[in-house]
Amino acid sequence: MSLTRERHAELKRYAIQLRRLVVESVHHAGAGHLGGPMSAAELLIALYFAELNIDPDRPRDPDRDRFILSKGHSSIGLYAALALRGYLPIEELATFDAIDSRLQGHPDMSVLPGLDMSTGSLGQGLSPGLGMALAARLKGQDFRTWVMIGDGDSQEGQIWEAAFVAARYGLDNLTAILDWNGLQQYGWATEKGYGVLDRLAAQENPLSRWRAFGWNTIETDGHDFPAIFSAFAAAKSHRGQPTIIVARTVKGKGISYMENDFNWHSKPVTDQDLKQAQDELAAQEAAL
Amino acid sequence: MNLSTTGEMLAQRDAFGDALIELIDRDPRVYVLDGDLANSTKADKVSRERPDRFLEMGIAEQNMMGVAAGMATCGLVPWLSSFACFIVNRDLDQLRVVVAQPNLPVKLCGAYSGLLTGKTGKTHQEVADISVMRAMPNMTVLAPADAVEVRACMLVANDLPGPVYVRMTRDPEPVIFPADYEFELGRALVVREGTDITLISTGAQTPRCLAAADELASEGISALVLHVPTLKPLDADAIVAAAAQTGCVVTTEDHTIVGGLGGAVAEVLGERRPTPMQRVGIRDVFGESAPNEDLLQKYGLTPGHVAQAARALLS
Ligand SMILES: Cc1ncc(C[n+]2csc(CCOP(=O)(O)OP(=O)(O)O)c2C)c(N)n1
Ligand SMILES: [Mg+2]
Repeated sequence: MSLTRERHAELKRYAIQLRRLVVESVHHAGAGHLGGPMSAAELLIALYFAELNIDPDRPRDPDRDRFILSKGHSSIGLYAALALRGYLPIEELATFDAIDSRLQGHPDMSVLPGLDMSTGSLGQGLSPGLGMALAARLKGQDFRTWVMIGDGDSQEGQIWEAAFVAARYGLDNLTAILDWNGLQQYGWATEKGYGVLDRLAAQENPLSRWRAFGWNTIETDGHDFPAIFSAFAAAKSHRGQPTIIVARTVKGKGISYMENDFNWHSKPVTDQDLKQAQDELAAQEAAL
Repeated sequence: MNLSTTGEMLAQRDAFGDALIELIDRDPRVYVLDGDLANSTKADKVSRERPDRFLEMGIAEQNMMGVAAGMATCGLVPWLSSFACFIVNRDLDQLRVVVAQPNLPVKLCGAYSGLLTGKTGKTHQEVADISVMRAMPNMTVLAPADAVEVRACMLVANDLPGPVYVRMTRDPEPVIFPADYEFELGRALVVREGTDITLISTGAQTPRCLAAADELASEGISALVLHVPTLKPLDADAIVAAAAQTGCVVTTEDHTIVGGLGGAVAEVLGERRPTPMQRVGIRDVFGESAPNEDLLQKYGLTPGHVAQAARALLS
């Protein structure tokens, strides 16, 4: 997909709005995850505003593309994308985590149309995506299933069960996206202490691991729209294997004090934090 | 209804394989998922006779549960077959999060339940599946008595809009139901009328319970036998009515007495009609590998054990 300057700016603006809605919602709720939604912002916007064949007015259309957020703790990022795309009123984000809300701490498909799977227990999202991709093949439907996984998420063994079986069935209608932000909730100590990026460690290289499991792999910058779209296009044109897009991202991206700090995985946002985040995002928007 | 064993012996797992073929032929939504156990569970019949409806998932039960959930969201009805011990334990979190919480129509066959698993021992014996599945919101929990009831309950389970767990056994057991038996969800059945004591049983323990009633009858004790094939939703009214009719109750199951049928009956009677009762089942221990008759004897599940509990309660 070739991006016009206007379209590119529009998508960047949506990503900034998504980040603003995430910080505001977590500030309002007094709890929530931030780092993960921020690292996924451009990927979510690219999916919901360009890639996915979906219609907010027909969230249960059997022919729609499917999206599963395996790293379900980033729910507020997905809710913000759904709200911006017209699945729910923006004001509803203020109900995040409130009693009787459709916006549960982790995505609950039984209450919110537009969610294709319930997630929250890590490691589980790829398998239902595999089931959907299989169902599409068995029923002769040509929708595509996308699953976003986290790097911590993929420490779970079930991800590798699914990786093996999806490759065994050669499901080229299944695309995984790895939000490779290099951090999790706590993680391992490095020589520099906890929560410090250690991405070069060879054993952590996801590309060779996924290749060894029989997947087509594509590496991309997860914050650059043209790079994301060319990765999407390459994934869709690949035949005979499932594809994983390994997206290099920054946890907490876009808010200076959150970037690359594992402490911002999940944390209440103070009034002062909120103000600074809003100012930074406003400056980014003005610079577009 | 007054039932006795018909003299015919059939394995529930064979009925499972046959019923899958029947379901596949009448319902285009049905697919069978296997965790590399099809030649044990008898889902292999599907792989041979309807190969396009059979999906091997390998030895990866957690993934299999998730795949079934994904298929179910796309309008298919996946029947998942593995040993009860693995369905209940290995992929319980997957069952909870992607099947039970979204209330998806995934059908689970818990094969090789109870102690009688063909000399495989405690790792492969699942004696708490009723307790675990019963505690899971949105689950329907079934434990058919014989091969006829396996088929009959699968036909009903297939059309339910939510998840169903069907507890099945491995080895040939006496058949008690006539071939034209129709399963009614959520209904307990009086399979033997009686006045002195109520024996309540589930699954393949029911034929043994009928034998216990025969033994008691020969001593002049008239035992009512209530068979509970639906553990959830439980037919509380039938349990209360039977307890009211006879005044005392023995429950029996090839399952732990903690939270299973005995626990469920005690909950109902404790709240609605406190009644003297005794639970006959596995007494909070793991099993072992041994011939079936030796296991039934050692763990206290023979007709003689049920009859003895009834005598003790009556005296
Ligand atoms: C099975 C399971 N174990 C632990 C958790 C708690 N938890 C939530 S998020 C998280 C870290 C996830 O890291 P990653 O997948 O890399 O997500 P991201 O960095 O994108 O936020 C943990 C341990 C969980 N939700 N599920
Ligand atoms: Mg991460």
